Amino acid sequence: MSDQLQEIIDTLKKNKMRTALTGLSVSWGIFILIVLLGAGNGLKNGVMQNFSSRAVNRINLWPGTTSIPHNGLKSGRNLSFTESEVALIRNEVEESRQITARMNSTQTIAYRKEYGSYSVRGVMPAYFDIEKLIIGTGEGRFINRLDMHEENKVIVLDKKIADLLFRNEEPLGKQVKVGQLMFTVIGINSKRQQWGGPNAYIPFSTAQTIFNPNGKFYQISFTVDGLTTEKENDYFNESLRSLMSHRLNFSPDDQQALWINNAQKEYVETMKIFGGITLFVGIIGILTLIAGIVGVSNIMLVSVKERTREIGIRKAIGATPMAILKTIILESIFITTFFGYIGMMLGIGLTELINFVMIQSTNGKPVTDEPQMSVFTNPTVDIGYALFATIILIIAGVIAGYLPARKAVRVQPIEAMRQE
Amino acid sequence: MIHIRQLHKSYHTEALSLHVLKGIDLSIEAGEYVSIMGASGSGKSTLLNILGILDTYDAGEYHLNGSLIRNLSEKQAARYRNEMIGFVFQSFNLINFKNALENVALPLYYKKVSRKKRNIIAMEHLDRMGLKEWAHHMPNELSGGQKQRVAIARAMISNPKVILADEPTGALDSKTTEEVMEVLTGLNGEGITTIIVTHEKSVADATNRIIHLRDGMIETETRKNNGIHETFLSPNNSTL
Repeated sequence: MSDQLQEIIDTLKKNKMRTALTGLSVSWGIFILIVLLGAGNGLKNGVMQNFSSRAVNRINLWPGTTSIPHNGLKSGRNLSFTESEVALIRNEVEESRQITARMNSTQTIAYRKEYGSYSVRGVMPAYFDIEKLIIGTGEGRFINRLDMHEENKVIVLDKKIADLLFRNEEPLGKQVKVGQLMFTVIGINSKRQQWGGPNAYIPFSTAQTIFNPNGKFYQISFTVDGLTTEKENDYFNESLRSLMSHRLNFSPDDQQALWINNAQKEYVETMKIFGGITLFVGIIGILTLIAGIVGVSNIMLVSVKERTREIGIRKAIGATPMAILKTIILESIFITTFFGYIGMMLGIGLTELINFVMIQSTNGKPVTDEPQMSVFTNPTVDIGYALFATIILIIAGVIAGYLPARKAVRVQPIEAMRQE
Repeated sequence: MIHIRQLHKSYHTEALSLHVLKGIDLSIEAGEYVSIMGASGSGKSTLLNILGILDTYDAGEYHLNGSLIRNLSEKQAARYRNEMIGFVFQSFNLINFKNALENVALPLYYKKVSRKKRNIIAMEHLDRMGLKEWAHHMPNELSGGQKQRVAIARAMISNPKVILADEPTGALDSKTTEEVMEVLTGLNGEGITTIIVTHEKSVADATNRIIHLRDGMIETETRKNNGIHETFLSPNNSTL
């Protein structure tokens, strides 16, 4: 075997141009395949990331203005929520899981000489999971039930606010002035807002007492489970509207009295589109694979065909067809595996490099108010899939080498030797 | 050594069918030095290719060293070519990306002789041909005569019983032709049956037996007895 391997290596070394061209073609085919698959994955991951920034099974409710007279009441009534609607949803809506009331108030937040005007949100503990906030190790905690119950004057700041107010100081445990009252900083949220400016978060109960004595507020968010189809979501929205119409006394047909934003429904719809994208990327992958197979096969075919005369000479001096076939197939395997591996590594290397550069540029970027929607994220290829594609190309190359070689060894040696 | 009876060979194309050998009867004993002459298209190269199991025949019988050469498997044919026959071609048929030593050693690779041993044997054969200094040169660095001597060394390395040479001097000048013929005559002197296809009279005259082919049949045969050539007409122009 080692003698045969040596013979193969000798042959490849002494036909540098042929080996290099064949190898280049194999490497290029696999490289392009990996890069295109990476691009497809980047697109897919970009879309997925946009959804993962908030809970996909989230429902937002906003009260509106009635547009239909109902139960003797005129149209044009402005509606609002109270905490009893939160309790209603928690108790009556089977699918509901986590729930938070939300109220916004723009306030001046100050620490010593630093201050700024920011949106202060009164929220419940579930807000953390619904909005997928991020409080890292050593960065404190979010509002809890005790804070709610005792109406604690505690506050969680978005990282941008903390950076601006505290500069190089440690914010946790420090007192900041919100309006005219002092709040203790208990946590720093490092998730950047996709939309709008940075926020500060205080317990909903505290916010109601301080900023909203009439108890009315204008947003409820909650998560739902078990709604997987568009139809189920439509039905759920209708039921929810009906439930709320009884409570708030508006017509169930009045679309403007209650605004329902069902992210789960959007998610289901987008997943449909995304199915199309996945199919598109899949088709690109398959077509690229076929193009790679054709390219690799073609070069192997030409490479073996130009050796017909050599095959004739080898037969004339006593080589059996099997010995020649074995040599050519081993050469094909050697070339396609060696150069295929190089192509695969270069492809993976490039996709990893692009990913690295993208991560670096995101990390280095200061926190801004700009929307951070992405359409292209982590354009890397699963190693298993890359290996699978490479093996397919290697097999194709070997088959493409085998077929003309089999034909060449079948002809009489004298015929083969006449070929130029 | 070689016995053929009523050998026929035709080539078929879409347009026509060409009957190249039309019932050849021929016997060549071990150690003979034979040349086959004839005009282009007379079938001399076809006959040599069949003798060398490089081509098949349609009808008749061919016995080589007592074995009937017919319906051989590819593996059997390869074994005969490797162990019994050495080829020398007009166009040398060296593998152009292998040096002289590797070309000479190649038949032993297919006999599974180790690389080290086959290189030693190949070097001995090149030395015999006066080409030791050229062992590591590529074919394109050698002259025509040197290439042909490399080809003869390759033909000899398996210790064949028969050397078949198809126009071995066809591509050489007269001086080199003499050198190559000296080598072939020397090999025959060692007892190796040598058959040369040629259209050069001077080459044929160096052999002891000249077979003249015409239109796929043996026309005459000339034998050298005590340095004098005697020509016999083939009975029916096809059988000796």
